[in-house]
This record gives sequence, C-alpha cells and structure tokens, in this order.
Amino acid sequence: MNERMVQLDVLRYDPQVDDEPHFQHYEVPCKEEWVVLDALNAIKESIDPTLNYRWSCHMAVCGSCGMMINGEPRLSCHAFLRDFEGVIRVEPLANFPIERDLVTVADDFIDKLKRVKPYLIPGETRSIDEGEYIQTPAQLMKYRHFSMCINCMLCYAACPQYALQPLFLGPAAITLAHRYNLDSRDGGRDERQQVIATNEGVWECSFVGACSEVCPKAVDPAGALQQVKVASTLDWFREHLLPGDTK
Amino acid sequence: MEIIDADVAIVGAGGAGLRAAIALAETDPKLRIALISKVYPMRSHTCAAEGGAAGVIKPDDSLDMHFDDTVSGGDWLSDQDCVEYFVKEAPRELLQLEHWGCPWNREADGSVAVRSFGGMKKQRTWFAADKSGFHILHTLFQTSLQFPSIIRFDEYYALDLLLDEGRCQGLMAMEMRSGLIRQFHARAVIIAGGGAGRMFPFTTNGAIKTGDGMALAYRAGVPLKDMEFVQYHPTGLPNTGSLLTEACRGEGGVLLNKDGRRYLQDYGMGPETELGKPQLKTMELGPRDRLSQAYWHELQNGNTVSTRWGECVLMDMRHLGEKKINERLPLVRELAISYLGVDIVTDPVPVRPVVHYMMGGISTDARAATPLPGLFAAGECACVSLNGANRLGSNSLVELLVFGKRAAWSAIEYLQDLPAADTAALTARALESQTRIRELFSRTDGTESMSGLRKEMMDTMEKNVGIYRDHAGLQEAVDTLGQLRQRYRKVVLNDRSNVFNTDLFQVLELGCMLDCAEALTAGALARRESRGAHQRLDYAKRDDDHYLRHSMVHYRGSGAPRVDYQDVVITRSPPGLRDYSGGHQ
Amino acid sequence: MSRRPFVRPVSRTRWYFKHPRYLRYMSREVTCVFIGAFTLLLLCAVERLSEGQAAYESFLAAIGGPWSALGLSIVLIFVVHNAISWFNVTPKALPVQIGEGFLPGRFIVAAHYAVWILISLAVLFFAGVL
Repeated sequence: MNERMVQLDVLRYDPQVDDEPHFQHYEVPCKEEWVVLDALNAIKESIDPTLNYRWSCHMAVCGSCGMMINGEPRLSCHAFLRDFEGVIRVEPLANFPIERDLVTVADDFIDKLKRVKPYLIPGETRSIDEGEYIQTPAQLMKYRHFSMCINCMLCYAACPQYALQPLFLGPAAITLAHRYNLDSRDGGRDERQQVIATNEGVWECSFVGACSEVCPKAVDPAGALQQVKVASTLDWFREHLLPGDTK
Repeated sequence: MEIIDADVAIVGAGGAGLRAAIALAETDPKLRIALISKVYPMRSHTCAAEGGAAGVIKPDDSLDMHFDDTVSGGDWLSDQDCVEYFVKEAPRELLQLEHWGCPWNREADGSVAVRSFGGMKKQRTWFAADKSGFHILHTLFQTSLQFPSIIRFDEYYALDLLLDEGRCQGLMAMEMRSGLIRQFHARAVIIAGGGAGRMFPFTTNGAIKTGDGMALAYRAGVPLKDMEFVQYHPTGLPNTGSLLTEACRGEGGVLLNKDGRRYLQDYGMGPETELGKPQLKTMELGPRDRLSQAYWHELQNGNTVSTRWGECVLMDMRHLGEKKINERLPLVRELAISYLGVDIVTDPVPVRPVVHYMMGGISTDARAATPLPGLFAAGECACVSLNGANRLGSNSLVELLVFGKRAAWSAIEYLQDLPAADTAALTARALESQTRIRELFSRTDGTESMSGLRKEMMDTMEKNVGIYRDHAGLQEAVDTLGQLRQRYRKVVLNDRSNVFNTDLFQVLELGCMLDCAEALTAGALARRESRGAHQRLDYAKRDDDHYLRHSMVHYRGSGAPRVDYQDVVITRSPPGLRDYSGGHQ
Repeated sequence: MSRRPFVRPVSRTRWYFKHPRYLRYMSREVTCVFIGAFTLLLLCAVERLSEGQAAYESFLAAIGGPWSALGLSIVLIFVVHNAISWFNVTPKALPVQIGEGFLPGRFIVAAHYAVWILISLAVLFFAGVL
C-alpha cells in the first residue's frame, strides 16, 4: 500500500509551560487512505507522546475529534489526507478556550445543551402498559434529520455570532430544542420557547449559515433556527393581533 | 484530597450507566448520584451500535422464542434465569425509550417497526435507521438532563475502588483536565465501563474501550467470568475495522467468496436462500460466531478475495436498491463510500471479521450484583450471563437498559440498613491509591515504552487468541502477557503535565488491558472445548460434561491469575443442537 | 492550580476576512445599506409628488444625470443580490413536507422567482411600460 510523508503544523499549548499556543511541525509517514486523525495517532505513537487530543470511534459518530483543519472545523476522523496538499494546519476548535494542545474546554456548550430542555415533555401522558405513542413515518421524518446531531460542536466553531457573543445559545442547542418541538409526542414547546425565543437565543442568529455548511451529519442547524424564528414570529402575531387569544 | 460524598457512584456514562442513573433518580429523588466517566456521555461507545435492539412486541412472536434464540445462540452457556428476566423486561425498556423520545422507525400505521437479525427466529429488532445505538445513547443522555440529582463528573478517569470492611464504598478518580485526584465516598458503586476490544489490533471498538471498568473490579477481587468468549463481527471494513451492521444481512445482503459463491451453505447454514428473500436463522442470518468461523475456513481454503486491504470476502447489497439502502442503511453506505471508496448501491463491499464484543466480564448474578458487597455492574463490562458463549446481535443494546436499571434497583435495595462508612479508613486507602500515580510520575528508571508494550500485547492477542485457538498458541500468549505485565512496571511516562495528560491515561489504560488480556487468555487456555465464540483446533467439540460451566478468573497480584468454575443456571432448556440450517437438518 | 485555559482573541472588526463564507455573508448584509438608501430616495419622491407636478419633475430631473444612473445601477445590483441570496436560503426557513419526504428546495426557490417576476410584470404593467 502506498505511503507518503505528510507534514502537519499542529497548535500546541501546555498551560504549565507555555504563555500562549504555538505551532509545532511534524512529518509522519502515512498511508494514502488515512485521515488526519490517523496521522495524529501515528505522531503520538512514534514521534511525540505528549501530543494531546480527544478521539474515540473513528467513524464520525461519537463527536470527539472536532478540530480546525486548514482553518475549517472538521471531524479529524473524517478528513481524508488525500484531500490535502502541502502542510496541513491543525488547531483546536475555534471559539472554545484551549485546555491543552487540541483539547478545548467544552463546558459552555454542555451547559447550553442542558438549558434548552432537550428531552421529551409529553403532550399527553401514557403509561408503558398502554404501549408506544403512535407516530407515523411522516411525523417521524418531520424531525428525524434534526435528531442526528452528534454534539461535535463544529457548528459553534464556525459560527461568527457565537464568536462575537458567547452568550448565544448557538446552533446545536437550539436545533435540539426544535427537534423536540417538532416531535408529535411532545408538548413542551412553550417551556423551551422561554429559553430559545430570546435575544441570546434564536434572535442572536443572523443566518450566516456557516453551521449548516460545516455540519458533518447534514443536520442543517441554520434551517432549524430560521424555522424557530418563523414560528416565534407567528406566535407574536397570534398574541398581539388575533382577538381573544391572550395566551 | 477532596472528598465527594454520594449515595451511588456510577463509573461509565454510556447506555448502561445512564440507564442506571435515571432509574436511581426516578426511584428516589433524594439519592445523590455521581455519574463518573472518562468521556462526555455522548462520546460513549454505545453511540457506534448500528443495527438495533431486540424486544418481543409483534403478535407472531413470543417471549419463549426470544428465550430459545438467546440460549441456543449462546451455546447454552447463558444463565437461564437471567435470560427469562431479560426477555420479559426487554419490551418494557424499549417502550420506555420510546416514551422518552427515541426516534424508532415506524410502520405505516405509526406503530414501532422491527427488522430481521442474525440468530433470531422472528423479526423483533427495533431500530432507528442504522444509528440505533446513537439514538439510544442520546435519548438517555438528554433524558438524564432533567434530573438534578444526577451529578455528572465528565472526563474523570477512575483509578481504584475503595474497599473497607469487605464492602465497596467508593472509588478514586482523576479529573483529567486538572490532574487532581478525588475520593468518591459512595455507599454503593455501579460499574458500567464498557468492553475491552482495544486489546486487539483490529476491532470495531473505539479508542476508549480499554477494559478500565473490568480491571477496577478484577483488581478489587471480583472474578472476571467467561472472558475467553470474544465476539468477532463477520462484516467489518477491512481497513478501519468500522462495523457494517448485521442489518445489512437482515435486509437481504449476502456474503460471497472469490468465486461469487454464497459460501455459508458449505458450513452447515445452507441450503442457499433466494436472493432478496432472507430467511431468519439460516445462511446470512446465522449467528455471528458461525459466520466468522466460516470466514476463517474460507481463508484456509484459499477462497477469499485479495484486496489492497488484505484478504476479504464480499458483501453484496446491490439487489436491495438505492431507495431501501438510503432508507434503512444510510450510515453503512456513507461509511463504505468514505473509508473504502465503495458505493454499496453499485458494488459489493469487501469485509472481514473484526473483534466486536466481549461476552465475558465482571461476574454478576441476575440482579447485576457482583460477589463484592456494594459493587454492581452492567453493560458490556459485566457478565450477567445473558449472552453465554455467543451474543446475538441486537441483544446487547437491550442488555444495557434491562441490567442498567436492574443494577440501580439492586443498589437501592442494598442501601437499606447499611452501616455508616469509616471515612478515616477510606481516606487511608485513598492515599495508597494516590501513591501509585505519584510513583508513575516520579519514576526515573523507566525503560519500556507504552506504545511498544501495547503493540506486543495486540500482536500476541491477534496471533494466538483469535477466532480459532490451540494450546500452543494460547500458552505462548499466556507467557508473553506475563512478561509484558512485568515489563509494564518499568513503563515510561513521557508527559509529566497535570493537564489533560493523555499519555498518562494511555499508560493506565494499557495496565487495564493487560489485566483483561491475561484473564481472557487464562480462561481460553483452561477451556478445553469448543463452544460458541471459543473455538479450539485441539478440542473441536463442545464438552458439556466438563465445561457447561462459567470460567471464573481471579486476580492474584503479580502472580498468574487463577481459574475456577461456576455452574450454569439451567431452568428449562437442556443443552441441545444449534441448528441454523433453516429447518433442513 | 495547573489549569490555565487559553482564550484566543477574536477581532470584532476584521473577523469576516477569516473565511470566504463570512465575506459572502457580509456582502449579503451590506445590501441593506443600499436598500435603505433607495428607500429614502423613494420617500423623497413621494414627498415631492405630494408637493405637485413641478416639484416632482424637478426631482426627476435631479436624479436623471449619468452619476445618478450609475448610483442607481449599483443600488439595483445590490437589491438583486439581496433578493437572490435570500431566495436561495428560503427552503431552510420554510420547508414543505410532502408525506415522508420534503419538497426539493429548488421548487421553493423557483416559486419565489416566479412570484418576483409576476409582481415585477404587474408593476411594469400598471406603470404603463408594458
């Protein structure tokens, strides 16, 4: 199998030694079908055991290995070396503090995920003995693509609004709220609207669309956020313009 | 050293750990639950499971049939009281997930859809496209967020259990981002730490599956049960080892050798079924152990296809058509295109068996309790003896749920009337544990590299403890692993930083894997028969007279492990013939 | 304490030079300036119209020069760019589900163009151009 030398500039940062991050250059023999993560693993195994990054599944589903690769947020297990020429620049995900090397601090995202109540709040209660909620394939398809989010945070790294306003709930969290709002079994939209239909929620989004461009799972968070805006606007009209409905 | 007090500490936040945490929080909201995991919950390897989860729900199916499939699939090494409990609870747990929002695929009338799976006589596998594990994990994680009593400790690496007065009373864990070690004083501990497939070089398992949970319990004196039973999944991608779900075959995919022959008919799983009309429990829908063994024979007979990724057989799904593939196997198509450059719509995809699942693990009874009071275990790290000698596909996702919850309930029962802990004694134990890590940091006479030792371990496991085994190979593995464990005491820590030091965690993980590998090999050497996933070239037959028993491997410090046996629980199904001939035998 | 997370600085004034997609976004956003300017011009036109025919004709004469034409052409380019960039993203905001599938986005975009053309034709018709 063909091997070639691959060159990488990797952003390094050890808070116990460095004042600020700096690039380190590596050259490592790689197989042609490898991904950037394989190259990092080869570096860690044979060149520099002190290089740090997160990874697990190597099949683009666990969401651990998001990084900036040549300035673009990517899953490193899904960034094929064959698609790159010259030196590959690898940095930790943008818009998150750097803990060490390619490892970022994810606390903010984890906290925001929780705030949007991303769980089923049943519209009508049903006991297990009564069996499943009936949900037709059409009702399933209405929200299914929004349920594919792997929480990899690439969309946060791509979003300039999140970069400028860290209070913004951000693409993935609001998309997840929308996923439950669209679920025929759910009745929790009013509760979630308190969190997402706010200035720090969906109205911070100016529809740059970068989130959907970088999403590795084609979840289309930009679409979800615009749909939340449309629905919230219709709410406003219903509340303020329709007679008698003073909900 | 900071002490964190909890009623129940859970190690591992994948499917089993999350299910246990939710069950605890729902049953008694006053319980303080510490959910400790070395990764964020949604990174856990449950997310990689593709095919689905088995539970009887359709009118033509029955609990007895699910029981029979599981027991015969496990080559009668399952504890039948455990299987009975499992098949009864399975549909309830899957419905519970449905009530929590899991996006199961549906029939046209809006009821839950089921699909075919290997070794199952009826269609009973619930699925969410081919991302079932992913959806189960995220549904559980998201559901868990509504319970304030579940306190998560994400990215904490568990180091040792804390034992006092013969009871498990907590554990030590290191916060990975600060390097700070904390004591968790817990009245009960549930281990849900996942499998150990990373002992092998070619595995579907993610990097995190290093047997940490198994090693925690093993070193604390709990035996590891039936460790020699390692499941090879017959259809892995030949380069990355990524799994192509059994649902490929459930939907009608067929396996071909280099001559285009559906070779499974030559290994007792024939006659050939009509293309596009898969029949349950025969040919491609035989159990995983049989399919992987058939591959091995094809390889010996020179019938495999040589590809640039090594020897393979071909899985052909072209006749399913693009629409069905996109609807039911989208991830499979995506994986094969991106990692192999093969579109399953237009070409057969090369596959080969790959290490997938550990049937064995921490010994527990059907209540998910280990022999050590205060310690419970569930999920792949545990061996509750549901899967016996070979697990049926789509039983393990349900196992996480059924026994995750059971572990929680057993822990609650155990908490009643428990005497108070002796904090001073626990702290003394904690200091011993801390010393072990300090010693690693201050070691100056290290000579062995972590990656070198790891490679030697993987090489010997691949060479000697694979699909077919014999005495000479296993003895070689036992000897090699014994030496590796000695050499491990001289391993060098290259990175001395306190902050997110993955070099340190890889060293610790290697220690866990070496312990698991030694237990596995000891069990395999001692079991002189062939049963399910444990196949001996020198003992080709199943031997119920001597080995219808669970092997129990006990840790003995620096010495070699000790193996003894425990009887299998048989309630109503005496050992019989595993028939995958589609009723033709 | 050994942790010291490093926060990378973000430029509040030059961030959109970091990636072509941000520049594309800014080019869409900046159209609002030109649309705003044109709206003011329209308001002026309405005010002059209310002041009588003479006032309105002198207004028309004032904006009839070649520089005005150039300016208005630039405005037109930005207005068209605004319309096109927004039309192209409408399928995200207004998906149309038909059974288990979704109407392909291009139909929704095409519908917008069709309505745009119809309204333009109507305006031209009532203006007496057609």
